[in-house]
Amino acid sequence: MYAIEMKHIVKKFGSFTANDDISLCVRKGEIHSLLGENGAGKTTLMNILYGLYGADSGEILINGKEVHLKSPLDAIYYGISMVHQHFMLVDALTVAENVVLGSEPHRGIRFNYEQACKEVAELGEAYGLYIDPKEMVKNLPVGVKQRVEILKALYHKSDILILDEPTAVLTPQEVNEFFEVLKHLRAMGKTTIIITHKLKETIKIADTLTILRKGRFILSRTVKGADEKELAEQMVGRQVLFEVDRKEMPKQQNIALSLEGITYYKRKKVILNDISLDLQYGEILGIAGVEGNGQTELIEVITGLTHPDNGTVSLNGELIKEASARRILDLGIAHIPEDRGARGSVSAFTLWENYILGYHRKCNYQKRGILDVRRVRNIMKTVIDDFGIRCNSTENLMKELSGGNQQKLIIARALSQSPDVLIAAQPTRGVDIGAIEYIHEQLIRFRNQGKSIILISADLDEIMKLSDRIAVIFEGKIVADRPVSMFTIGQLGSYMLGNAAGEVANGEF
Amino acid sequence: MDTLLNIIACSVRVATAIGFAALGGMLSERVRIINMGLEGMMLFGSFFGVVGSYFSGSAWIGLGLALVAGALVGLLHAVLTIEFKCEHILSSLGINMLASGLTLVLLEVIWKSKGSSSSVKGLGTIRLPIISQIPVIKEVIGTVSPLLILLIICVVFIYYILFRSVYGVRIRVIGDNPEVAGSLGINVYKIQYITLVCSGMLASLGGAYLSIGDINMFIKDMVSGRGYIALAMVVLGRWHPIGAVAVGLIYGMAEGMQYRLQSVTIAPQLVQCLPYLATLIVLLFARSGRGGPKAAGKHYYMKGQ
Amino acid sequence: MESSKRSNVFISIGSLLLALLFSALLILLLKYSPIEAYGAMFKGAFGSKNSWAATLGTATPLIFAGLAMAISNKAGVFNIGGEGQIVVGAMAAAVAGQYGGGLPKIIHIVICLLAAGIAGGLWAGIAALLKVKMKINEVIVTIMLNYLAVYFVNYLVMNPFKAEGMTARTNYISESAVIPSIIRNTRLNYGIFLAIAVALIFLFILKRTIMGYELRSVGLNPSAAENAGIAAAKYIYIAMFLSGAVAGIGGAVEVLGVHKYYISNMTVKYGYDGIAVSVMGGNSPIGILISAVVFGALKAGASNMNRMTHIPSEFISVLQALVIIFVATPAIVRRGKDRISKGKGKREG
Repeated sequence: MYAIEMKHIVKKFGSFTANDDISLCVRKGEIHSLLGENGAGKTTLMNILYGLYGADSGEILINGKEVHLKSPLDAIYYGISMVHQHFMLVDALTVAENVVLGSEPHRGIRFNYEQACKEVAELGEAYGLYIDPKEMVKNLPVGVKQRVEILKALYHKSDILILDEPTAVLTPQEVNEFFEVLKHLRAMGKTTIIITHKLKETIKIADTLTILRKGRFILSRTVKGADEKELAEQMVGRQVLFEVDRKEMPKQQNIALSLEGITYYKRKKVILNDISLDLQYGEILGIAGVEGNGQTELIEVITGLTHPDNGTVSLNGELIKEASARRILDLGIAHIPEDRGARGSVSAFTLWENYILGYHRKCNYQKRGILDVRRVRNIMKTVIDDFGIRCNSTENLMKELSGGNQQKLIIARALSQSPDVLIAAQPTRGVDIGAIEYIHEQLIRFRNQGKSIILISADLDEIMKLSDRIAVIFEGKIVADRPVSMFTIGQLGSYMLGNAAGEVANGEF
Repeated sequence: MDTLLNIIACSVRVATAIGFAALGGMLSERVRIINMGLEGMMLFGSFFGVVGSYFSGSAWIGLGLALVAGALVGLLHAVLTIEFKCEHILSSLGINMLASGLTLVLLEVIWKSKGSSSSVKGLGTIRLPIISQIPVIKEVIGTVSPLLILLIICVVFIYYILFRSVYGVRIRVIGDNPEVAGSLGINVYKIQYITLVCSGMLASLGGAYLSIGDINMFIKDMVSGRGYIALAMVVLGRWHPIGAVAVGLIYGMAEGMQYRLQSVTIAPQLVQCLPYLATLIVLLFARSGRGGPKAAGKHYYMKGQ
Repeated sequence: MESSKRSNVFISIGSLLLALLFSALLILLLKYSPIEAYGAMFKGAFGSKNSWAATLGTATPLIFAGLAMAISNKAGVFNIGGEGQIVVGAMAAAVAGQYGGGLPKIIHIVICLLAAGIAGGLWAGIAALLKVKMKINEVIVTIMLNYLAVYFVNYLVMNPFKAEGMTARTNYISESAVIPSIIRNTRLNYGIFLAIAVALIFLFILKRTIMGYELRSVGLNPSAAENAGIAAAKYIYIAMFLSGAVAGIGGAVEVLGVHKYYISNMTVKYGYDGIAVSVMGGNSPIGILISAVVFGALKAGASNMNRMTHIPSEFISVLQALVIIFVATPAIVRRGKDRISKGKGKREG
C-alpha cells in the first residue's frame, strides 16, 4: 500500500492546464523527489495534495483510503505537512509561537505560551533539531529557519512531509546537514516528498524520482542507477548542453572596473568590509555567496544607487566621482538587476517603454525632451526578432510576457548601448531551462568579444559554469579570489560559510 | 488651576470620541486593511444615534441603531476591499462621501433642516460612586458619560484578546504575513470581515458620543476630521490599544486648549486651526510605519485566486 | 481603442448607471419619484441654453480639480488636498486681483493665475516635503491641510482682507482681472478653454515627453525608476506642485470668472468632487473632461431637481459617492457584466 496515491489529477487555471492527468505513487518511508523545470506543475500538484487547491478531477488516496481535501486543515488532519519555498514564518513571533500556530495549546481562549515552549523544546530534542523555542524567528539564519519549518510539520504529527525547493537557499554544507535530517526522518518512518529541479541532489539523497514536464507525467523510477544526462533530457524534452564554448583569452588584459577599499555601514553594522576587486576585460568574474552577505549592497555601490562610506570605484583607470544611477548608466556600465519585477522593469509599461528604461534620454530615442515613439517602436521590432522574444507586438505590456522573455528583453536592453561592463545579478532566476541556455550563450558571447561581466548568482552550478574567476563574499568581505580552476564546489561552499577550505570535515559534495 | 482641570476634563471627553475611532482604526490595520472611512463611520454613528433617540425616545436605542449602522458600514468596507479587491483608500473615501451626503439628505428629509437636527434625549452622565467624592479628581471624572466607561472596558477587552488569546495570535500573524495564516488553513477572510465589522461599530460609538453623548443633537459636518485624526493617533500609539487611546488624551488637551483660547483675543478662525496643526505635529513625531503591521493596504489573495 | 482603454470606459459608464440605479432606489425609499427627479435633473442640465451654460460652468472647476488629482496619481501620490489648494489659490487670485488695476487685462489675469498656481503648488508641496523627508503618508497630511487652508483663509477673509459691509468676503477684484463670461449672467466663462488646454497639455506631456515618461515610471514602480537613474523624490515634488498649482488655478478661475471676489465656502467640496471626476475618468485627461461635464450636469441639474421635486440637492453627493465606489471597484461591474452575458448565453444556447 502506498502512503500517497494521486490518480489522474487534472487542474486548470482558466485556459491554462497546470496538471494534465497526472498520477503519482509514493511509498511509505521513502524520500521521493518530484522533478521538473519551473512551470512543470510540481508545486501545483503538491498544493492540491496539501489542500490549498482543489483538483478539477482525479482522486487522492492516503494510506489506501480515498480522501477529499478542502483546505490545509484537512491535509494536516490526514498527517500531511508542507514546507514552502518561501518560508511561512512570522518574523515578529518566536520559534515556539510559529511552530504551534494553528494548533495552539490553549485554556479556553487563553493562549498557553509556556506550554508551547515546553512542547517545542521536547520535540526538537526527539528529532535532533535543537533550537531555542523563545528565540525570535527574525534573528535566525536561513538553515535554522528551515528547521523551524520542519518542527512545525512534526508538531502537527505529520507522517508525510512535502518540501518545496528546500535547498534553494542553502550552502553546500547546509545542504549536507539537511540531508542528514532527511535520513533521520526516514529512519523514524516519515515519508518525504521533495519538489526540486536539482538533479544532482536528487541522485544523492532520494530513493525514488518522478519527472513532470509541461503539466504531464513523464516517468517515475528508482534513483539507483539513473543517468543524470538522460534525466535532464527527460525534464526538458530535448538535448541539454552542459558545457559552454569559452574562448581562450590572453593572460594579461586591461582592467575594466576596479574597486578599492569599499566600506559601507548601515545602522552601525558593517555591510561591506574593505572590498577590493579588479575586473579584467574579457573575463567573467563570478561572485559567490549566501544571499544576504552584502551582494545586493555591492551591486548598489557599483551601479551608483548607494554611496559607500569609504573606498573608490574606477572605470578604465579613471575614478568615478559623484556616482549616481544615471551617471553609471551613461558611463557604459550596464546592469541586469536581480529582481526584474521590482527593480528591473515596470510591469505596466509596454515592451518598448521598458526597453528604453534607463537609456530614455539617449539622443536616438528622443529629441528636446519629446520621445521619438516611432523610431523606438521600430528598434524594438528588430530587437524582438533578434532575441526571439515571444510576444504579439511592441505594445504588449511587460507583465504579459513570460519570465524568460522578460529577462531576454532586459538583457537586450543592457546590451543595447554596447557597454564595457555588464553587472548580471541572478540572470536566470525564475527562467526555464530553454531560456537559461540562451542567456548563458549571450553572456559568454559578450565576454568572448572582449567585454567584462560581474556575475552574481545563488546558483553555484551557474557560477562554476560561466566564470573565469570567482570571488567569494562572506559577511561583506571577500574571503577568496581565484581562477575557477582552483576551486572545488566543496571549497566554494566552505568559503561561503566563512571557513577556510580544508577546515570542514563534511567531505566532498 | 481651574482652567487646567477644565482642559483635562475636556481632554477626557474628546478622547472618548477619538479613542473609539482609534481602536477601530487600529484593529482594521492589524488585519491589513486601511480604514480611512472612520470619518464616515463616525458620522453615521452620530447621525443614527440621534435618529434612534428621536424616533424611540430612548438614547440607548439610538446607541443601538448607531452600532447597527457602524456594523453595516464596516461590512460594506469589508465587502468592497476583500471580496471585490477595491483600493482601500478609494473605498474609504467613497464611504466618507456617502456618509456626508446621506446624512445631509436625511437631515433635510426628517427635520427639514440644512444645519442641525432637533434636540433629542441624550445618554446623560453617571456619577461615579467613590471618585465623585475625591476633591480634585471629581472635577475631571466625577461625572462621566457611560460611553467613557464602555471605552475603558473595550480597551481592556481588546488588549486581552490581542495579546493573550489565540485569536490575537492569529490577528497578529495576519498583520505580519497573511500567507502564513492561509497556509495553515486559518480563514484569513473571515477574520478580516469580523474585525472590520467591529471596527465600524467602534467608530460609530465614537461618533455617537459626539451627538447623543455630548450635545444631544446632530449638526452638519460635526465630525470635522476627527476620523482622520484618529488614524494619526493609531500610528503614534504604535498600533497598541492602550497607546492609541492614551495618545487620544494628549490630543484632547490640544482641542481643550482650543476651546479655552476661543474666548481669548486670538481670532476664532486661527484657533480652529489648532487641532489640525496638532495632528500634523503628531505625525512628525510618529515617523510613520515603524512598529506597525507590515504593508497594510495590499490585498490578500487566497491560493487559487 | 486598446482593449484596456475600452474596458475602462465600460467600467466608468457601467458604474454611472449602477450609481443612478441605486440612487433611484433611494429616491423611491424616500417616497419620491425617480423618473420625475431624473427628468428634472436632465432639464436643469441640458434643457436650455442657460442650462448648458450652468452645466459647463460647473464643470470648469471640476476639470481643474480632476486634473489635479490625476497628475498626482500618475506619480503614485494620493493628493486629497484639492479642497485646500483650491481655496488657497482662489484667495491668492482674489488678493492679486485687487491690486494692479491699470494693467492690461491679459497681463493682470496671468499674474493672478500665476499667484494662484504658486500658492496652490506650495500648499501641496508641504505634503510632498513631509512624504519625501519623513515618509509620512500624504493622505492624512493633505486632509489636515484642507482644514487648515479653509480656516486660515477664513481668518484672512474676516480680518485683513475683509470688505466693507455685512458679508464675509474680500473686495471686488479690478475690472482688468475679470475673466469674461461666455454667456452673460451664467457661470460659463472663458476659463473653460483654459481648463481644456491644461487637459490637453497634460495629455501631451504624459504620453510624449521624457518628463511624462519618467513621471509615470515613478508612479508605477519607484524602485525600477531609481534603478534607471530617475530621481523618484524629484518627481514627487514636481507632481504635487503641479497638482496643487492646477487646483489653485481652478480656484482662481472661480474667483476671476464667476464671483469676482472671494467669499467663505465658495468652493466647498470641489476638491472631493475632483477626486470623483478623476476616478470616473480613469485618471486620463480626456476621461476627466468627459466625466467633469457629466458631474457638472448632475450638479446643475440638482438644483432644478430640488426646485421641482423638493429632493435635497445634497443628494448629488450620494450619487457621486456611489460612482466612486463603483468605479474604484471594477470587479462589481465586471461581475455584473459576466452575469448578464451568461444569462444571454443561456437564452441563446
